[in-house]
Amino acid sequence: MNQTNQAWGSRIGLILAMAGNAVGFGNFLRFPVQAIQNGGGAFIIPYLVSFLILGLPLLFIEWSIGRYGGSRGFHSTPLMMQSMDRRRMWKYVGVFGLFCNIGIASYYCYLESWTLAYIFHSATGTFNGMNQHQVVQLFSDYVSIGKTTLIPFEPIVFFLICLGINVYILSKGLSGGVEKVAKIGMPLLILFGIILAIRAVTLKSGVDGAVYDSSVGLNFLWTPHFDSIYNPKVWFAAASQIFFTLSLGMGSIHAYSSYLKRKDDIALNAMSAGWMNEFVEVVLGGAIIIPIAVGYLGIDRVKELAAMGGLGLGFKTIPYLFSQWGHVIGAVAGVMWFGLLFFAGITSSLAMGTPVQGFLEDEFKWSRRKTALAFGGIILILGLPTILFFNQGVFDEYDYWTGSFALFVFAAFEAVLFAWFFGIKKGWEEINTGADIRVSRIFRFLIMWVTPVLLIIVFLGAVFTPVGNDWAAAFHGLFQGQGWIFDHGSVIGKLMNSGLKEQLASATDPGLIADIKYRILLTNLSRLLLVALFVGISLIVRKAYYKHKREGTI
Amino acid sequence: MNTSALILMLSAIVGITAVTGYFFIKVLRTKPKDEPDSYTDNDGQPR
Repeated sequence: MNQTNQAWGSRIGLILAMAGNAVGFGNFLRFPVQAIQNGGGAFIIPYLVSFLILGLPLLFIEWSIGRYGGSRGFHSTPLMMQSMDRRRMWKYVGVFGLFCNIGIASYYCYLESWTLAYIFHSATGTFNGMNQHQVVQLFSDYVSIGKTTLIPFEPIVFFLICLGINVYILSKGLSGGVEKVAKIGMPLLILFGIILAIRAVTLKSGVDGAVYDSSVGLNFLWTPHFDSIYNPKVWFAAASQIFFTLSLGMGSIHAYSSYLKRKDDIALNAMSAGWMNEFVEVVLGGAIIIPIAVGYLGIDRVKELAAMGGLGLGFKTIPYLFSQWGHVIGAVAGVMWFGLLFFAGITSSLAMGTPVQGFLEDEFKWSRRKTALAFGGIILILGLPTILFFNQGVFDEYDYWTGSFALFVFAAFEAVLFAWFFGIKKGWEEINTGADIRVSRIFRFLIMWVTPVLLIIVFLGAVFTPVGNDWAAAFHGLFQGQGWIFDHGSVIGKLMNSGLKEQLASATDPGLIADIKYRILLTNLSRLLLVALFVGISLIVRKAYYKHKREGTI
Repeated sequence: MNTSALILMLSAIVGITAVTGYFFIKVLRTKPKDEPDSYTDNDGQPR
């Protein structure tokens, strides 16, 4: 059996690290946007139902697989999953647990580095005196390599700093690095969140340039449109949000819990970390960005901005709004907002490094420092294309395949493995071993039937998403013999590059045509790179598996 | 704020905060397991 000298320092440290893994940019930027686009206040109903029937069961499954694998000496998912069933395919399913973390970290570190850059710009007063257009332009210049902002090649500089910080912390090990950061970062994140939320909900029209009271934004976010509950699109959005916000289907939860001993609790830990994430998302995430943005820009403008995603609101709009509060308070608010996002980001990216380190340590006996450097090297190589070709869609391509598609695939397989192959009897025993709370037997039923089936449905939904995500119209059209038109964002639409091809077909300007063709080329190349990454990891895992076979350790 | 929005917002905030607090306090109040447990900070502490 593989021995590791890594361990968690304390139970609170583990829970904060797990909650930090889950809390990310999505809690503050994605959740409020999803809510206003999917029924306002009524969104909370499908959202919480999804948390109970999809989120919590999957948390139990992932914590259990992790501790089970860890007790057999495996700290990453490939051999962890292989140790649960004799069919040889599971190690390749488990490859997703490394692939997702590497793929996501490659673009996530870049995203995280934006927050560092914006902390710097907020503190140095870059946004002071800028109008809204100039703040938007600064962001566009920032992500366009070669355009000077303040520092030459600024995105690369901040990316390297951010990656360096991650590598340094990871090299310090679990209790000495990851846990210490979680113990500092999570309380600070919650503190900054509470301060900003109080500021946001006390916004008054006519004060500091605000046009509307905070109540207008809160009304916009929370007014329930109950008819939306009957729309499958809303349920799909809620299930997806729960999935992303809890960092499910990535392999990082498994890696963290693999350092637990078999007699130690996972049920209460999973509940505590999961609900902490919900607190940050609903209570804090719902109280900051929308009330502030609506207070200054009004509902119609915020609707337009939200349609472009939460990142635009967070980076292109908020800095300008903070600058309306005066130089000092604006700078402090900016540092807090981007500091909050930085802590949300780094506690997640550290979780992405841990399974990779665990695998290298288990299979090659590398030191923590060496594994951290290897992780940093891989992320540097794979991350650079997302920076250099950000405007050509490479970043989005990584996000789609590793941060969305692969998660659904992995989660669906792990739920099926746990419930149907490992067996619900053994699985239920695993969840309850050492449990400090009595887990309701309802979860046994959910894990056995509801979660795997729901995940398969959600996965199929992602593959076959109809145009406009309008399922009712799509089925109606199908029964009328009009066929099924895939959305550009569906897996099939993405594979076919249907969105880009549509743009190409309608383009007349030769320059634009060349741009779109270049974009298609880079999109296909980035996919090839990701496929090569998956195949490369699979080959290494295969070798490790046969080594264990020979040694009789699996 | 309109009444339905206010009720929904307060219910969600109070409910989620209460459940989060309940589980977190339960973690803090639960007696540690006998050594050797998974955590190194309490190694060597008398029980």
